[in-house]
Amino acid sequence: MTDHARVEADADATALAYSGRAPEHAVMAARARARGVWYYAETVLRGMRAYFWPIVLYSVGQPLLYMVAMGIGLGTLVSSGVGAVDGVDYLTFVAPALLVSTVVMSVTAEMTYPVMAGFKWQRLYYAPMATAVSPGQIALGHLVAVVIRFLVQAAIFWLVMLAFGAAPSGWSFLVIPVGVLAATAFGAPLQAYAATLTDEGFQFAFIQRFVVMPMFLFAGTFFPLSVMPVYLQWIGWISPVWHGTELARLATYGAPLSPLMLTVHVGFLLACTVAGLMLAVRFYTRRLRS
Amino acid sequence: MAEPVISARGLRKVYGDFTAVDGIDFEVQPGESFGLLGPNGAGKSTTMRMIGGTLDRSGGELQVLGMDPADHGPEVRAHLGVIPQQDNLDEELRVRENIVMYGRYFGLPRSYLLPKSEELLAFAQLEAKATEKVGNLSGGMKRRLTIARGLVNEPRILLLDEPTTGLDPQARHILWDRLFRLKEAGTTLVVTTHFMDEAEQLCDRLIVVDQGRIMAQGSPRELIRDHSTREVVEVRFGSERNARVVAELEGVGVRNEVLPDRILIYTADGEASLEEIGRRGLHPVTSLVRRSSLEDVFLRLTGRSLVD
Repeated sequence: MTDHARVEADADATALAYSGRAPEHAVMAARARARGVWYYAETVLRGMRAYFWPIVLYSVGQPLLYMVAMGIGLGTLVSSGVGAVDGVDYLTFVAPALLVSTVVMSVTAEMTYPVMAGFKWQRLYYAPMATAVSPGQIALGHLVAVVIRFLVQAAIFWLVMLAFGAAPSGWSFLVIPVGVLAATAFGAPLQAYAATLTDEGFQFAFIQRFVVMPMFLFAGTFFPLSVMPVYLQWIGWISPVWHGTELARLATYGAPLSPLMLTVHVGFLLACTVAGLMLAVRFYTRRLRS
Repeated sequence: MAEPVISARGLRKVYGDFTAVDGIDFEVQPGESFGLLGPNGAGKSTTMRMIGGTLDRSGGELQVLGMDPADHGPEVRAHLGVIPQQDNLDEELRVRENIVMYGRYFGLPRSYLLPKSEELLAFAQLEAKATEKVGNLSGGMKRRLTIARGLVNEPRILLLDEPTTGLDPQARHILWDRLFRLKEAGTTLVVTTHFMDEAEQLCDRLIVVDQGRIMAQGSPRELIRDHSTREVVEVRFGSERNARVVAELEGVGVRNEVLPDRILIYTADGEASLEEIGRRGLHPVTSLVRRSSLEDVFLRLTGRSLVD
């Protein structure tokens, strides 16, 4: 190295230690305390860009397939048999339910293996842990990023519904927040549960088969829950998919819903979400600080 | 003397019935390079995590820049650069993005981060890899990126946990050089290592820890003076004869140590001791006179048996 280069390198090292351009450290800490959730959410969203096209294809392709299969396929059969369901054609009946269940099923993928990657496989959570961000903010930031993804996914689904004429009400856009709320009602508790797992996450396959599938099939998605015998209806009552579906049907075609049940559905979804968030924050804090 | 940047009194960490850190006291002065030297499982990383407030302590006092990290985690960590033992780069993100996003966790604006990330990429000699995926980097490159990332908030204290483990000799020397310059520029370094040469190169002062306790402390030179002799003679008589010969070596040096393959004679003057061995009619197969190193101190204090 020439002397000239050496001098320059020395100047660089000094600049690295202190450039005078960085804000005060106390300012950094205050900003992180205020906005750490968004900082971590941004990282997760940037990470999703690696799967941008798969996510887009899935978000557009899934509703298209469903609308064609249910509307033109099954819908034709149902219409020629019983005619209208719940006062509307079958496609309009089933579309909001499919939106809700699709989003809830997608949250299963986002809040299981990626949580394991954060704690164990790639230890992604441990990088922000060494910064001014706190464990609770990491938990919430991860969920916020997933919520943002689902807002987009639900909006695409809604547009497909519009294109197929399956969203007659002027309030049908409300299926977007409803779908996302149903997703957090299941996703937040799932995230909290995933944060307690220290093995390889074999439980997730079990959850997929024995929790998510029944929640989808027995939640009044393809037929009104009242058609089911009472001893099976409880599966719907505890399923965020059913509560979300009822709300989505109200938004899409003004399905009859008493104010009491409206409160119950919204309350149930909010309660699950808040309880899940509180547990997730607690479990993340415990695990990342032990 | 200036106010210490880190001070620990009776610092303890207990996991169930295992005591990882057993009441240690130390102070780190601003601008110094302080080492924690010890075998695996000695409690070095545990101590580092308590300094950053990412691990709750079980007892004792701890102050970092006048704050308790258990209560003021974000405020303390805003001043710290943490280089973990295990790289935890985000492999979904590009090289530059890893630095930028890490800087975002400190609330740093993009107007600051974009030029800063260029400087740090230059520091890590990764300019050409700025838009590469992290997954495609070699181990040494990842390590350099982890270190560069830890500097993004212009930390006053840099915590380095086994910084050069897994690096090749060239990369280690480059890194030592970079760290030395940071120290010259006023950054306080706290380094854990089990590499003696690293401790001798980097640390002004160090503590030797074993089983959660401080076994000795001082500068590398003081430790050698206090816990070893100036020189060491290594002689080999063949593995069967070593044990028999040792009795006849009594008094040649200050202390002898028999290892399966050789005998170490701790002495002030190695050449004189070697002559004395010859005078006693003993003819080792091979002999070597060397200066005492931190490794001799370390092995004396922490034992030669394998720790898992």
